[in-house]
Amino acid sequence: MKTVRCSILGFGAIGQGVAEVLLMKKEYLESIGLEILVVAIVDSRGATVNPEGVDLADCLARKRMKGTVAIEKFTGVEVIKSVDHELVIETTPTNIVTGGAGLQNMLAAFETGKDVITSNKGPLTLKYRELMEAAKAAGSSFRFEATVGGSMPVINLANEVLAGNRLKSIKGILNGTCNYILTRMLEERASYKDILAESMELGIAETDPTYDVDGIDTACKLVILANAIFGLDVTYRDVEVTGITKITPEALEMAYERGHVIKLIGEVSRERIHVAPRLVPINHPLDVRGTLNVASIDTELAGEITVTGKGAGPIETASAILSDLIAVYGSQ
Amino acid sequence: MRVSMDIELKDVPGQMLLALQPLSEFKANLITVLHHHQKRTPRKTVPVQLVLETKPESIGAIKAKLEENGIRVVRVGEHRFRESINVVLIGHVVHTGIQDTIDEIDKTGFAEVMDLSLSMPGINLLSSALIRIDAVGKEDLQKALDILKKVSAKKDLLMVLPIDIQA
Repeated sequence: MKTVRCSILGFGAIGQGVAEVLLMKKEYLESIGLEILVVAIVDSRGATVNPEGVDLADCLARKRMKGTVAIEKFTGVEVIKSVDHELVIETTPTNIVTGGAGLQNMLAAFETGKDVITSNKGPLTLKYRELMEAAKAAGSSFRFEATVGGSMPVINLANEVLAGNRLKSIKGILNGTCNYILTRMLEERASYKDILAESMELGIAETDPTYDVDGIDTACKLVILANAIFGLDVTYRDVEVTGITKITPEALEMAYERGHVIKLIGEVSRERIHVAPRLVPINHPLDVRGTLNVASIDTELAGEITVTGKGAGPIETASAILSDLIAVYGSQ
Repeated sequence: MRVSMDIELKDVPGQMLLALQPLSEFKANLITVLHHHQKRTPRKTVPVQLVLETKPESIGAIKAKLEENGIRVVRVGEHRFRESINVVLIGHVVHTGIQDTIDEIDKTGFAEVMDLSLSMPGINLLSSALIRIDAVGKEDLQKALDILKKVSAKKDLLMVLPIDIQA
C-alpha cells in the first residue's frame, strides 16, 4: 500500500467535495494500493493539521457547523512549508487579477518539491509558463484537469488519450451558467435579466455574475487549453471576448425558427482564441442544454471527438481531481 | 456576371465542341459543365448544364451563336449566388439605420441581403434582426461578413455568426 500525504488548501465547495470523494472512494483507492492521508486542511480563517491524518468526516461537519475548519492560524504557504506531505490539492478561489492565494500556494509547493493538483484557474491563466517551469525544476507533478469543464475530461483526453494526434482546434461550451441562461431564455421566452435573477436564486450564477456572463471564465479556460494542449504562451489578454449580456429572447427565437440555437462558444487553435455567442444548428453535437458543458476536439487522425459533461459542482469537479490523483500515484 | 445555361446536344460526335466554341469566341469563363449523358430528353437529346462568367451584353450573342450551331438553348438564368448564411444582429438595429446596414452589403455587387426578420419589443429595448446574406462564393461571403462586422462595430450591434464561419 502506498501512502500519499496531502493537504487540501481551500475548503469551500470544491475542497469539501474533494474530502467527500476521498471518503466515498477510500475502499476503492485502497483496492488499487493507495492510501490518501489528508494531513492538513486550510480555509480562509486558518488550518487544521494532523501529521497522522485529519478526520475528514469531522472536518466536514465542523465546516458546516462553524463555517471553518480552522484550529490553528496557519496559511496555506505555512502549511506547505512546515507540514511534511507530498501532494497539495489546491482548491482556493480563482483570482485572475493577481493569481490570489492559489499562485502563492502553487509556487511554495514547487519550491518544496511537492506535487500539485488544482481546480484553480487563476494562477494558470496568469502564470502558466512560470508554474510549469517551477514544477519541472522541482521534478513535481502538476495536474489541473478540474480547471476546465469540471468532470468533463478535456486536457487529459487531448494530451494523453489522443496522444500522437495533431489537434487542430477545440471549440465548445465551457461555462454552465451562460448555457443555463441561454437555454432558459429560449424555453421561457424570458429576458436575460429575468433568467439571470432566476439563476442567482438557484445558485447557478454567482452574486456577481460578470465573470461568467461577460465570457471571462470561458476565456480563462481557453487560455489554459491553449497553453496546455496547443503549447502556446498566452494569457487572458490574448483572447477576443464577447459575452451574452446583449442576447435577447427574440434573437433566440428567430434563430430557433431557422434551425439554430445561440450558445456562448469558446474556440481555440494555434492561430486564434475567441469567445462569442454563435449560432449552432439544432441537434449539432455542441447543442447541449442546461448547465452542461461540451467540447469538440478537431484532430488530425481521428476527426472530431466531442465530450460533454457537468462543468461545475463540487463532486463533479472533485471527480476530475480524483482522476488526476490516480494518474499521478496510481501507477507508481 | 455568373450565368447558368441549360442546353441540349444531339447525340452525335462533335456536339460538345460546337457548344463550347461560342463561349471561347465571346471570352466567357466556363465554371462548370454537367453533361447528363445517361439522361435523354423526349427529343432524344442530351441535357447539359453550363455555368459561366461573362459580360451581360455577351449573353445574347452567345445564345444566338449556339442556336446557329444547331444547339437548343432551353434556359438562361442569372446564377450569381452560391453561398448563403444567416446572421443575427442585436442592438439598436433600426434606430441606427437598418437600410444603411443592408446597403453596405448590397452595394458590393457580390453579396446581397436576401431576407430579414426583425423584432422590436419596445422603444428603449434592444431589437433583434436575423438576416440572410447570399454571396457569389465563399471568399465573397467572408468579405461581406467583414463589411458587416465593421458596420456592426460602428453601430454597437452584436453580430452572432454561425459556428462554421471564421468569426
